[in-house]
Amino acid sequence: MNYLFDPAHWSGADGIPTLIGEHLLYSLIALAIAAVIAVPLGIYIGVTGKGVFMIAGLANALRALPSVGLLILLVLLISPAFPSRMGYILPSLIVLVLLAVPPILTNTYAGVRAVDAAAVDAARGMGFRTMKILTDVQLPCALPLVLSGVRSALLQIISTATIAAYISLGGLGRLLIDGKAQNDYSQMVAGAVLVALLALFFDQLLAFITRRVVSPGLTRRTIKSAPVAEPVKTPVTV
Amino acid sequence: MNFEWLGRQFDNIVFLLGWHVLLAVIPLVLGLLIALPLGWWAHRSRRIYPLLVGVAGLLYTVPSLALFVLLPLVLGTKILDPLNIVAALTIYTVALLVRVVADALDSVPEDTVQAAKAMGYRGYQSLMKVELPVGVPVISAGLRVAAVSNVSLVSVAALLGIPQLGSLFTQGFQLRFFTPIIVGIVLCVILAMILDGLIILLNRWLTPWTPKVVAS
Repeated sequence: MNYLFDPAHWSGADGIPTLIGEHLLYSLIALAIAAVIAVPLGIYIGVTGKGVFMIAGLANALRALPSVGLLILLVLLISPAFPSRMGYILPSLIVLVLLAVPPILTNTYAGVRAVDAAAVDAARGMGFRTMKILTDVQLPCALPLVLSGVRSALLQIISTATIAAYISLGGLGRLLIDGKAQNDYSQMVAGAVLVALLALFFDQLLAFITRRVVSPGLTRRTIKSAPVAEPVKTPVTV
Repeated sequence: MNFEWLGRQFDNIVFLLGWHVLLAVIPLVLGLLIALPLGWWAHRSRRIYPLLVGVAGLLYTVPSLALFVLLPLVLGTKILDPLNIVAALTIYTVALLVRVVADALDSVPEDTVQAAKAMGYRGYQSLMKVELPVGVPVISAGLRVAAVSNVSLVSVAALLGIPQLGSLFTQGFQLRFFTPIIVGIVLCVILAMILDGLIILLNRWLTPWTPKVVAS
């Protein structure tokens, strides 16, 4: 713990705040790119039903790929083409996006699919056009699942961005990798604690956002106890 | 691909593969053995369920590299001890499976439980001979996810210098040499597919009453 509480490590170009900033910057860029790809694609597949076969296979195949191997392979392939820092930033971002797309894509698809068909029909019956049904009915209903996909994607990204320190990406992983290289266990522990806290913080933040933005009608939060619909019993007249 | 290198390194690659299998499979078995009673507990008690699932969720958010580094503090092991990897992956497996086991037991139809009771099965017998077997498909679906992600997570331990297939990645990176990296990725994916397939077979063997359709 000594490392963490030494004020000298909390300032400067390789201080802890800088590392946290870098970690967040890479993570959020990757998450934004992944969301821009995965959300529209998930909506498209969910609404049209085209390309469903892709979903299950993609998620499983990417889970089996070892991220460390993928990262190192891409660095060796890409870095000769970029002499500057882009040589390792670009492959890191590609891997982060690659890992973040499947959870968002599958959850968006599942969310759109799971929307009650009666709600869509009701909206159409009320004169909503297809686009308005999508933005006002299907998307709000799918939102909890989409956000849960974003949540697992962000955790995956924060975790993998740590690993990317090995191929000299900045961020909190630096403390772990440099600590290992310098045989400085307290530095490694500091990095591990900070990364774990960062992940926990963002997990809870997204859980909080989910509770705030999801329509109360979906979570039935406002209904204290949902009344059980009793079948109307007609008195038997003999 | 440099096949000459591959031939020379064959023994070493088999050694790394062996370690990789051990480091991925032992936590899977341990995790399942721990998650079964915990999941049953969560299934039985409505108060325990949110608590166990909540703690499991928090443990699951801790990045793997951080967990590998923090466990020596808890276990009193050395940083290079493979035991840390086993413990970390066991934690992830338990965290994933506690909820799965509880939900699997919840998914057993009430009629089935009642029928077992009516046929004279007592609590423990009903659990072992009726409820758990009926829940096997759900549990094995969760086990497949855990198995495949374990194989991938083991390779992260290479960054700490613990030998397994991930060592091929770090070796390839240091030498700027593609062959070990490609061999490592291919072996990892094959290993994940084999474990996945074994769990599917095990599931089919344990649930002979389900119709023979390809469920993926």
